[in-house]
Amino acid sequence: MSKEKAFVWRRRHLLGLEDLSRAELEHILDTATGFKEVSTRSIKKVPALRGKVVVNLFFEDSTRTRTSFALAASRLSADVLEFSARTSSVSKGETLRDTARNIEAMGVDLVVVRHPAAGAPHYLTRCIEPSVVNAGDGQHEHPTQGLLDLFTIREMKGRIEGLKVAIVGDIAHSRVARSDLFGLRKLGAEVTLIGPATLLPKAFREMGASLSCDLDDVIGRVDVVNMLRVQNERITSSVFPSVQEYSRLFGLTRERLARAKPDLLVMHPGPINRGVEIASDVADGAQSAILRQVSNGLAVRMAVLFLLNQASSKAA
Amino acid sequence: MAIPSIKITNGRIIDPSQNLDTQADLLLAEGKVEQIGRVGQADETIDARGLIVCPGLIDMHVHFREPGGEEAETIASGSAAAVAGGFTSVACMPNTSPPLDTEADIDFVYRQALRADQCNVYPIGAATKGRAGAELAEMGQMVRAGAVAFSDDGACIAKSGVMLKAMQYVTMFDRCIIQHCEDPELAGEGVMNGGATAIRLGLPGISPIGEELIVQRDIVLARTAECRYHVAHVSTARAVALLRRAKAEGPMVTSEVCPHHLLLTEEACAAYDANFKVNPPLRTKADVEACLQGVVDGTIDCLVSDHAPHGAEAKELEFLAAPFGMIGLESSLGLFARALIEPGLIDWPTLIAAMTIKPAQVLRLKKGSLHPGSDADVTLIAPNRSWRIDVTRFASKSRNCPFNGTEVPAKAVMTIVGGRIKHRDPDGVKL
Repeated sequence: MSKEKAFVWRRRHLLGLEDLSRAELEHILDTATGFKEVSTRSIKKVPALRGKVVVNLFFEDSTRTRTSFALAASRLSADVLEFSARTSSVSKGETLRDTARNIEAMGVDLVVVRHPAAGAPHYLTRCIEPSVVNAGDGQHEHPTQGLLDLFTIREMKGRIEGLKVAIVGDIAHSRVARSDLFGLRKLGAEVTLIGPATLLPKAFREMGASLSCDLDDVIGRVDVVNMLRVQNERITSSVFPSVQEYSRLFGLTRERLARAKPDLLVMHPGPINRGVEIASDVADGAQSAILRQVSNGLAVRMAVLFLLNQASSKAA
Repeated sequence: MAIPSIKITNGRIIDPSQNLDTQADLLLAEGKVEQIGRVGQADETIDARGLIVCPGLIDMHVHFREPGGEEAETIASGSAAAVAGGFTSVACMPNTSPPLDTEADIDFVYRQALRADQCNVYPIGAATKGRAGAELAEMGQMVRAGAVAFSDDGACIAKSGVMLKAMQYVTMFDRCIIQHCEDPELAGEGVMNGGATAIRLGLPGISPIGEELIVQRDIVLARTAECRYHVAHVSTARAVALLRRAKAEGPMVTSEVCPHHLLLTEEACAAYDANFKVNPPLRTKADVEACLQGVVDGTIDCLVSDHAPHGAEAKELEFLAAPFGMIGLESSLGLFARALIEPGLIDWPTLIAAMTIKPAQVLRLKKGSLHPGSDADVTLIAPNRSWRIDVTRFASKSRNCPFNGTEVPAKAVMTIVGGRIKHRDPDGVKL
C-alpha cells in the first residue's frame, strides 16, 4: 500500500468554516488530537511558536474564548498580548483599521480577533500582514467553536459522517450555529436547526439544514444535541414572550432527555443559563460534554495557531 | 349523572360538514351524536316538525367581561345569553381586565365556563402582552391551557414588525391570528364612520381606509409568515375586495361579519343614540352591499355577533363619550336571517355553514358537525317564526341593543350542549 501524501496546510488565516474543505477540516482535527496530548503532560508546553507574538484583539466581552486562546498561545510558547476594546483608544473613537495597524506596527505574528461586526476579520486581512483568526464576528461565524464541537463529536461518537445533530436556540443570531452547520455538513452529518419560528429563518434550508420548531418531535431521533445560549435581551424583545415560555418549549429538561436516545450527546458552547435552555442536572449529567468541549477548545486552538503559523512561515 | 338520550324527530337536518340537508331523525346518546336516519328509542323525544336541526351554532367573536367588568356580563350570564341565542360554543376575546395573556387567565375562563354549565366557552388569548402591541404574549403556554386563537381585539396590532413576529410565532401552534383592522393613527378620536354623515353630525370620524390599509398590509405579512389570518368584523367594501383576491390566492385568509354591518348604515347614528355606536362603525350603503355580497360568494367565511355588553351606566352617555359596542348573542341568528335569508340572498345550509363548520375550522375545534361520534351539540331553529327582539327578556346582563323592537323572521328554539338541553324557547319549541 503506497504511503499517502501528507496533507499540507496552506491557509494563513482562519476566517470561517464555510470555505474549508473536508480534508482541511479533518487535518485540523487530527492536529488537535496531537495537541490534546500535550495538555496531559506535566510540562504542558511545546516550543512551536517560541518567539512569536499572538495578540487577542477583542472588541466584544469574552472570558472563555479569550482565555482559551491565551492559554493555547502560551502552551505553544508564544508571547500573548491582550487587547480589550473597552479599555483602549477604541473608546476614543479609533477605527478598527487604525487599531489593527498600530498593533501590527509593534510587531505581531498572529491576530485573534472577536468583533461585533460580521466580516471584520475579513476586512482585517486586507489591512494588516499577520495571520488573522476569527474568534467570532457578529452573527457570522465562530470557527474555532465549530471546530471544537466537531472534535468533541468525533471523539465521543467515533465519527461525524451520518450522525444526526440538532442545534437548538436562537439560530437566527447565532454564529455558533452557522459554523457548526458548515462544518457538520462538510463532514457528512445531518443537521436539524430547532428554535422559535421567529428565530429560525427559512433560508437555512438552502444551507443544508432541516428546520423544526418542535424539539419534542426531533429529540428522539438525534445522536447529538447542541443547546445554544439564549440572550436575555432577545427573549424579552418582540421575538419571544418570556424566559419561562422559552424553557417550556425549547429547554433541554430531564424529561426531554429521557425521551431521547440513551447515548444522546449533550453539548453547549457556554456560558449556560441554568434552567433556561438547559436544566441544571442535565448540564451536569453523564451525557453532558460541556466541560470536555472546553478542554477540546484548548487543543483545537493550539492546532489552529500552529497551522496558521506554519503556513505563514512557509510563505515568508 | 348519566345523560338521558334524546331523539329528535321529523326535523330538517342540515349539516353542511357532511353536505347533509334531509328529513331524518337524530339520536343523541351519552353526550354524543349516535345516529342520523331511522333511529331507535330514547329517554326523551322532541318533535322537530317544521324545524331545522343543525350542529350547535358557534359564535367565534364575543366579549364576556370577566375578569374585571362583571357588572356588564360574566362568563355565566354571557353563556346563558349564548344558549338562549342558539349557540352551543362561543370564543371569547381577551380584552378583559386584566387581559387574557397568560396560561392562568385562559384556564380561569375554562373553569368559569365549567361552573356556568351552559355552553362551551373557548378563550382567545391576547397576541401581545397586555394587548399593548409591543411584546409577544406567552402564546405557547396559552395554547397548552387551551387558547383557540390569538388576538388583541378591541385594539389593532399596529406595528408591522410586531405583527410579523406574532404571525411567525403562532405558526408553531397551528392557531390563527385574528386582527381588529383599524389603523389607530387613522382612527384617531373617531366615534363613527369617517364619511359625509359624520361631517353633517359634527362627530369625529373613523377613517374607512384604516381598515383597508391594515387588511392589505396583514395579507402580505400573513403570506410572508405562512400564517393563518382572520379578519375580525369586516365592515368596508374595500376590505371585502382585498379578501376576495386573497382567498383566490390561497386558503390562509378568513374573515367574519356582524349582523349590524349587514343591516345598518351610518345614517342610523343621526339620532345620536349610543346603542348604534360600535367599532368598526356602521358604514355606508355600498359597504353594506359589499359585505352582503361577500357572504353570498363565500369571501366572508363566518357570521358572528361581536357581542359587546355594556352596563346601562356605561352606555347611557352622549354619543361622543359612550363606549363602543352592542350585545348580539340573543339576536344575531334572527338578524342574519333577516339580512340574508329573507331577501333570498343565501339559503339555510349556507347560513348554517357560516355559523358551524366554518368557525370550527378557523379555530381548529372538533365541533360544528353532526357526524356520528361528534359531541351532541345541536340547535333547533324555527325558520319561519317571526318574533320581536325584546331586550327585557334577554339573559344577558346588558341591554345595549339597537335592534330592540325589530321584527326578525327566525329563532333558535332549543339549544342542546353535550346532549343536555340548555335552552328551550319559552314560547314553545315549535314552528
